[in-house]
Amino acid sequence: MERPMNGNGEDIVQFSNVGLRYGTGKEVLSDVSFTLYPGSFYFLTGASGAGKTSLLKLLYLAQRPSRGMISMFGTDIITLPRDRLPGLRRRLGVVFQDFRLIPHLSAFDNIALPLRVAGVTEQDLQKPVADMLEWVGLAGRSDARPATLSGGEQQRVATARAVIGRPDMLVADEPTGNVDPEMALKLLRLFEALNRLGTTVVVATHDLHLLKKVPDSLIMRLDKGRLSDPTGALRYPPRRQAALS
Amino acid sequence: MKSPPVIARAIARGFSGLSGERGSQLLPQARLAGPMPWVIAIMIALTSIAAAGGLALNNLAQAARAELSGGVTVQIVEADPAERARQATDAATALAGKPGVSAIRVVPDAELDRLIEPWLGDAASGDAAIPVPALIDLRLSGTITPQRLGELRTALAGAAPSARIDAQADWLGPVFAAISSLQWLALALIALLALASVAAVWLAARSALGSNHETIEVVHHLGGTDAQIARIFQRSVARDALLGGCAGLAIGLIAVFLLAQRFAALGSGMIDGGGLGVMDWAILALVPVAGIVLATLTARFTVLAALRRML
Repeated sequence: MERPMNGNGEDIVQFSNVGLRYGTGKEVLSDVSFTLYPGSFYFLTGASGAGKTSLLKLLYLAQRPSRGMISMFGTDIITLPRDRLPGLRRRLGVVFQDFRLIPHLSAFDNIALPLRVAGVTEQDLQKPVADMLEWVGLAGRSDARPATLSGGEQQRVATARAVIGRPDMLVADEPTGNVDPEMALKLLRLFEALNRLGTTVVVATHDLHLLKKVPDSLIMRLDKGRLSDPTGALRYPPRRQAALS
Repeated sequence: MKSPPVIARAIARGFSGLSGERGSQLLPQARLAGPMPWVIAIMIALTSIAAAGGLALNNLAQAARAELSGGVTVQIVEADPAERARQATDAATALAGKPGVSAIRVVPDAELDRLIEPWLGDAASGDAAIPVPALIDLRLSGTITPQRLGELRTALAGAAPSARIDAQADWLGPVFAAISSLQWLALALIALLALASVAAVWLAARSALGSNHETIEVVHHLGGTDAQIARIFQRSVARDALLGGCAGLAIGLIAVFLLAQRFAALGSGMIDGGGLGVMDWAILALVPVAGIVLATLTARFTVLAALRRML
């Protein structure tokens, strides 16, 4: 088994022979190995039940693997004490498939939540949150509760919440599933803009048309819990091969 | 990647986040609509009454002990009135010169008649009456020991052979034992009420954790720490406990005041000693404070213990 590249400052995430099973069931992910580099853009694709959401759960630290090794930001996740997980989670942005907006908070407060968790003062968070609301086209709906928002509007709030803290890595599960093509493109442009600022982006999607919209993106294809990597490009990306040579 | 300036500034200040009203908004709660403030109000009211009872009993016991300490009763148990009177006079004379005797008083016959009249009526007075022992009320300085009583008995053996000597505190020994038992009962009640309060807060915190599970998960995924989440719950519980504590204290104090008036109306000398002093009222005022602290700590530890089971 290959040792993870802990702390070399080059990789942002490294999976090595990772397996995941829930309870005593069969493995939903088997022998998954890949490396994500800072500033890269990845699309995670695969049929329903291929294990995309399970892989994303591992990426946003909602789950520990049953076997294998995961290194994130140079830290071994397997042995990391749970009281150090919040520090890593604050470097992540997550767009959940089911949005997970807090129902009794307004759109403004939902978007402001990561900043409040990080201890940003009310004074300091007003402008970034207002700007973000405007960017996702919800400036006039800042006081609206999620229940009064459409599916697309909820998705935009969820996306705004994920990117407001300008994370090191953005993980999005079907982020364009409930929005019209125009808004889907707009959200994708937002992800690209973040990506250009150095954020590593991982987008799980069924929409194959979306893949063509980001020319420099890499495709991670899951099939029945296994990552297709016939050329080894995910496990040994060209950038790393070049660096080693 | 560099953090946005707002986050960098917050980290530099060492902020813990989710403080104040914004943090507590994460939990949807209709205050006063939930049972928690009312449960705490009842607990605090009962605790205040039990504490007031315990403190009053303590004061009563102390006052009675102070009253009776140094008191000795000499009875001249003699059927012949003339002989009884002679022995009483001789006994008083013999005792007056003894070291450690600070006061001596032969209780007049009229006063004795008044004391026993409620039980025996007029039949107790007059020459043909039931013979009643003559009484001498003696005050000794210092502690009364069996040895000192023995010395007094020896001194009276010649002057008043019919004399019987008892320390007054001995008569009330069973009363003091009963008061002590009641005090322990009050303490046990307070402990049980505290335990019941802890259980109520524990259940409420567990229930709130269950109903807000998704919110907690989201806050966790956004990097919220266990301490931050626990703080939200404990702040909410503390506010409920404050409301309940104030209401409970008010109810408890009204009950204590009404009970005190009833007991004061008895006009009994012993009960009069059971009044509450300034320090006692201050202790009662601390009951809700202790309740708030207990509820807050219970909520904190309950939530932290539950969160430790999550990733």
